[in-house]
Amino acid sequence: MEYWVYSIFSGSPDWIRYVALNVFKIGLILTPLLLAVAYLTFAERKVIGYMQMRVGPNRVGPRGWLQPIADALKLLLKEAIIPTNANRFLFLVAPVLTITPALAVWAVVPFSETMVLANIDASLLYVLALTSMGVYGVIIAGWASNSKYAFLGAMRSAAQIVAYEIAMGFALVGVLMAAGSLNLQEIVIAQEGGFHQWYVWPLLPLFLVYFISGVAETNRSPFDVAEGESEIVAGFHVEYSGMTFAVFFMAEYANMILIAALASTLFLGGWQAPLDIDALEAIPGLVWFLLKTCFMAFFFLWFRATFPRYRYDQIMRLGWKVFIPVTLVWIGVIGFATFFTPIGHWFH
Amino acid sequence: MGKSISNTLQSFFLWELLKGLRLTGRNFFARKITVQFPEERTPKSPRFRGLHALRRYPNGEERCIACKLCEAVCPAAAITIESEERDDGTRRTTRYDIDLFKCIYCGFCEESCPVDSIVETDIGDFHMENQGDNIITKDQLLAIGDKYEKRIAAARAEDAPYR
Repeated sequence: MEYWVYSIFSGSPDWIRYVALNVFKIGLILTPLLLAVAYLTFAERKVIGYMQMRVGPNRVGPRGWLQPIADALKLLLKEAIIPTNANRFLFLVAPVLTITPALAVWAVVPFSETMVLANIDASLLYVLALTSMGVYGVIIAGWASNSKYAFLGAMRSAAQIVAYEIAMGFALVGVLMAAGSLNLQEIVIAQEGGFHQWYVWPLLPLFLVYFISGVAETNRSPFDVAEGESEIVAGFHVEYSGMTFAVFFMAEYANMILIAALASTLFLGGWQAPLDIDALEAIPGLVWFLLKTCFMAFFFLWFRATFPRYRYDQIMRLGWKVFIPVTLVWIGVIGFATFFTPIGHWFH
Repeated sequence: MGKSISNTLQSFFLWELLKGLRLTGRNFFARKITVQFPEERTPKSPRFRGLHALRRYPNGEERCIACKLCEAVCPAAAITIESEERDDGTRRTTRYDIDLFKCIYCGFCEESCPVDSIVETDIGDFHMENQGDNIITKDQLLAIGDKYEKRIAAARAEDAPYR
């Protein structure tokens, strides 16, 4: 593949070939990602429909498979309304600020043994840094809309994301203690040897905290008070329409897939086969990675179909008074067990 | 004390949440009961009150004798009737308009009619495309009656023992 791109730009200077190759790779990641985002919305409607004994959308195209395409077209053709008293620049820059981190994080996600765009040393740190950036888009969107609902939604969402960011960060500290590395690829490699080696077992509480925090981070049900239809209409994106709204929507779903992908990378062995036997090892790592990611993404939809929305103070209590202590205690347990007990190897 | 500890443990291990997930998880695989509407329809009662129609006698003569009972009984004042004496000396309507926007589909017109002329058919899905189409005239009503006479008669016959 690299040779193919290089051969197209064979006469060009090195830096052009380098840029071309990387742009090609980025396209290779983002195109399926955006398709996955589109079809995750479809999957969501189908799954929730099935759980409510309905069949979900099934009219557009065979069995409804063209529904997301129709939705995307509709949003593209709709007018993007900018409120009169909105801050025009910030209003338009907010969706971009939301989607950029959601897409940029994918640079370090290891899709398979060889498929990773940027195999940087501190990729876990990069992930944390960029996922925290997303909150700026939300705050700016809420502020620039000049609407009380949007402002309240932004405040809620900001407080919530900040609270759960900490618990999430601590949960990831557990992973890097176990793996001894900040590099996602090395974390995956540290989990090789079958599903009993996955970090989900020794770090089960951290896994749960991480995933639930991830649900809260992405403002998904049952933590979707930032949208809270009943109280604040649609939260921070109430004033957005057409494509600007679609960008927020895409960012939310891209973040969902990202949380699912990271959960499978950090806790479920990433692209590693679940059993250390040749038949399963022969299946490409990408397939395992995608299967695990889909499995985790399904939980987002399952949660949404099952749980009623948390009250706001309950969300804050859960984040500050339950998750952070739990993660701190378990980090202590990992540290203690690793150095002072004979079962230390379990945590590696 | 013991109870609060067990409650804490239960919420800590997400027990109630898992139970909720189990319920939706089971429903996920349950048989779906959706009726695919335009292709499949649920059974309709013979008393269904939908779009109106004016009926005729088997010999083709319109039933309506312009007694205006329906106009009088209509709670929404949706019916407008004008009448005159025909050449053969009978009284007939010259105008019989129903405003479908005013109509509340109560069926009083049908019940009040002494000659079973105005009826509400089982047609439940109809629409208008232009302003003013909501008022259906005598000709349209008679046309509907002619078109669906079989269904109308069958529904009336089925319901007759209970009237």
